[in-house]
Amino acid sequence: MKVIKVGMADLAVSKSPCIITTLGLGSCVGIVLYDRKNKIGGLAHIMLPSSLDIKNNSNKAKFADTAIEILIEEMIKIGANKNDLVAKLAGGSQMFKFSTQNEILRIGDRNVIASKKKLKEYGIRIVAEDTGGNYGRTIELNCEDGSLMVRTIGRGCKYI
Amino acid sequence: MDINNLNIILLDVLREIGNIGSGNAATALAGIINKKVDMDVPQVKILDFNEVANVLGGAEKPVVGIYFEMNGDIKGNIMFILNIDSARCLLNLLFKSNNESNEFTDMDMSALSEVGNILAASYINSLSMLSDMVLKISVPSIAIDMAGAILSVPAIQFGYISDKVLFIETQFKEGNNQVTGNLFLIPELDSFETMLKKLGVVEI
Repeated sequence: MKVIKVGMADLAVSKSPCIITTLGLGSCVGIVLYDRKNKIGGLAHIMLPSSLDIKNNSNKAKFADTAIEILIEEMIKIGANKNDLVAKLAGGSQMFKFSTQNEILRIGDRNVIASKKKLKEYGIRIVAEDTGGNYGRTIELNCEDGSLMVRTIGRGCKYI
Repeated sequence: MDINNLNIILLDVLREIGNIGSGNAATALAGIINKKVDMDVPQVKILDFNEVANVLGGAEKPVVGIYFEMNGDIKGNIMFILNIDSARCLLNLLFKSNNESNEFTDMDMSALSEVGNILAASYINSLSMLSDMVLKISVPSIAIDMAGAILSVPAIQFGYISDKVLFIETQFKEGNNQVTGNLFLIPELDSFETMLKKLGVVEI
């Protein structure tokens, strides 16, 4: 089966049969959208919560807000129906622990919160989630059935 | 300020800081293991987000990351990354052992944190001397996980200022034992300009 690799601050959409994957999510969040009727999937690997916070925001796939917008547009272009889209989220962990309050170290949490807020704005339901913790994740979306595999080091592998 | 447009002089300056820093680090390491430690001239690289994990052998490859907050005249973070083989090699040198396990005990983690601490402090001291800035680093925080996940931390911090990541790679050698370390220096946006000014790379 065709496998599309999505890198950091990148996104991809595809019709079934296809697997869309992104490797080693840490504090970044993998946002997965899926249209079950048309068997169309999309995946974005976002790094930061909002494109409005910083000046250097030309890469739309880097931010939760703009990546979700593009993902929806691209999926509609290849035949998806916006009303049939559901979402899954993975990643957003805190890789390093410190006693001091450092906003940057909480970026995983903030990425998850921003992603949920934006999905809610678009009226897209989140049907599964594997976020938080202090470990990395690799995810694989199967565009045939919308299942999302989440693989970790030392914590095994599961489908959500 | 855009690190995409960093000029060749800046790269030279960073290489020199890396050089002096890892020279100090090699000396410190040699003292701890009581053996001669050689080092290669550090590589300073500016890479796209997606290229970074490849340097370390792929996004899913397990690596050791040791992370510090940097404070003082400039704020930011420092991350020291070792691949698993290098980490084990370093521990065997430290403990005079011949362990080949990929599992790390609490004692191993503590020792790696301390080595990371010495190396990061050596870099910081060089930067501090060359730029005449007061710089301090926090206690280390250590994690062993997928390279992509560990690297997401410095990548996100660079993400605020650029679509690229800047890092310094150094190799240490003791006899046939080779230890490769990658050091990421991540100043906050304002601090980045301060640093370049202090180093005389951009005009004030």
